Amino acid sequence: MTDIAAAPRRVSASTALFRHARYVIAENPVTGFAFALFVLIVLAAILGPSIVPYNPLASDTAQALKPPSAHHWFGTDQLGRDVFSRVIVATRLDFFIAVASVALVFLMGGLAGVAAGFFGGWTDRIVGRIADTIMAFPLFVLAMGIVAALGNTVQNIVLATAIVNFPLYARIARAEANVRREAGFVEAARLSGNSDWRILAFQILPNVFPILVVQMSLTMGYAILNAAGLSFIGLGVRPPTPEWGIMVAEGAAFMVSGEWWNAFFPGLALMVAVFCFNLLGDGLRDMVDPRRRT
Amino acid sequence: MILKRAAMAIPSLIGVVIVTFLLTRALPGDPAAYFAGPAATPQAIQEVRVKLGLDKPLIEQFGRYVVDLGHGNLGNSLTTGQPVLTELRTRLPASAELTLLGLLVSIVIAVPLGILASTRPNSMIDHACRLIATLGVSLPVFFTGLILVYVFYYLLGWAPAPLGRLDVFFDPPPQVTGFYLVDSLIARQPELFLASLKQLILPALTLGIFSLAPIARMTRASMLAVLSSDFVRTARASGLSSYTVIVTYAFRNAMLPVITTLGMVFSFLLGANVLVEKVFAWPGIGSYAVEALLASDFAPVQGFVLTMAVMYVALNLMIDVLYGLIDPRVRLEA
Repeated sequence: MTDIAAAPRRVSASTALFRHARYVIAENPVTGFAFALFVLIVLAAILGPSIVPYNPLASDTAQALKPPSAHHWFGTDQLGRDVFSRVIVATRLDFFIAVASVALVFLMGGLAGVAAGFFGGWTDRIVGRIADTIMAFPLFVLAMGIVAALGNTVQNIVLATAIVNFPLYARIARAEANVRREAGFVEAARLSGNSDWRILAFQILPNVFPILVVQMSLTMGYAILNAAGLSFIGLGVRPPTPEWGIMVAEGAAFMVSGEWWNAFFPGLALMVAVFCFNLLGDGLRDMVDPRRRT
Repeated sequence: MILKRAAMAIPSLIGVVIVTFLLTRALPGDPAAYFAGPAATPQAIQEVRVKLGLDKPLIEQFGRYVVDLGHGNLGNSLTTGQPVLTELRTRLPASAELTLLGLLVSIVIAVPLGILASTRPNSMIDHACRLIATLGVSLPVFFTGLILVYVFYYLLGWAPAPLGRLDVFFDPPPQVTGFYLVDSLIARQPELFLASLKQLILPALTLGIFSLAPIARMTRASMLAVLSSDFVRTARASGLSSYTVIVTYAFRNAMLPVITTLGMVFSFLLGANVLVEKVFAWPGIGSYAVEALLASDFAPVQGFVLTMAVMYVALNLMIDVLYGLIDPRVRLEA
């Protein structure tokens, strides 16, 4: 009985969301554009290696440092590798780092923050202290220190990026859980005999979830920038792996002698990706929480 | 009030010291083997372990670390053998000069931009402000730097080669503050001043573009709020010129949230500084840390992270104190 009753309501809710999304996109074509761009990035991340014209690792010294042409759209680097292929293939790794670190901080920060806001007391104090300590560092510097200490790997870049974003998620989740702690539906759930953990999982989390999802898309851009910055200074990803940050670093030396395409295209890809995530995040926020629009 | 706020910085500092300590102890593998170098015998490793106190319990090691810090001992660099503190101290002015000039550039551009955007909401300049702000945060700071180098050094030839603080033909000015711009003026060497300014412009501009966005956004938002308040309406109704209303009345009140965001801006700036220093071969503490990182030389990195964090805590403290000086209401509440 309840299943039958619940099913159509869920459909109508998702239709409403879809309508609302269509409305928001119509209102703000920039969000639609950002979404199209996002789909493109995801496609490049999934299909990248199978659609590029050249092997991203194959060097051809006869073709070294050639400017963009019909054969090599983005030119070739100092080893004669096709920059276009490398930029496209790199999408997967950069996208993976961003998604993985954001998902990780979503779990860590979201859960810690919700627990802090809901239970208060010691949990709140400990989470707050951890967040404050992380905030006491300039974030990129802390990420550098973490990767340096834990070891120079891609996993540690993901972890470091997640850790520096922890305070942001913990604070938002804490504030949102805190205001709902005494809310009517929580009291009702408590009176009907639900345990704290059950309330947390089924009443509080679903409510905090959308706000954190918006935060995820807003921090995706920062996560990519952070990871690319770390690999730019030589941490994490190692050559010859194609990755945007390291490609810009490798191309940097050629910028002063005029071979701009080497650093320009990976940098541009990085910029477009970050720009897309930021716009998308703003659009999502307007959809979920119109009051915070600036 | 200031003392009370300063006391609030102490837990942050303690946290910072604990984290930097834990970072070394989290080094993969045996730190003693690590510090002894790759070719060390087991005996040598054991000696290093005892020398570094790594055979003692963690708490005691931490105590040693704190005592060393108290004596200003940050350890020695493995590659150069120099004490980390001396290196950091000689390189710090270069980083500080760059960061402060970058902040200045961004304030000079962002604040008027934000004010203009707020006085004409939804106009061309408002959209331009939003676009510039969004682009500013999307541009990787090392990428901006390289583009500027390409355009202004390679294409136009206006800027000098991105290689450090001074052209090789110049000698640095006698050190007073360590800031070349200030020191060259003190030494009355205008050519030197110009030469160092030329080297500084591009990296400072890079940092400025990067930190533009939050300042411009905050200025616009807080100006919009202030401009719609009653006292501005009263001022307008009293027939004051729009310049007086905007600059004297609205702007002074709108500055407060902007100053608060400076804390966040500094977090970005200090991090971005590392990348900019690498692009422009700037001999600051950031490039020192990067070199050490690549050589797996951990003591300088640890010293660098600690220095940056302490500076950041101090900057936040200063911002809060400044806030109290500008806005008496904060003092009354506290």
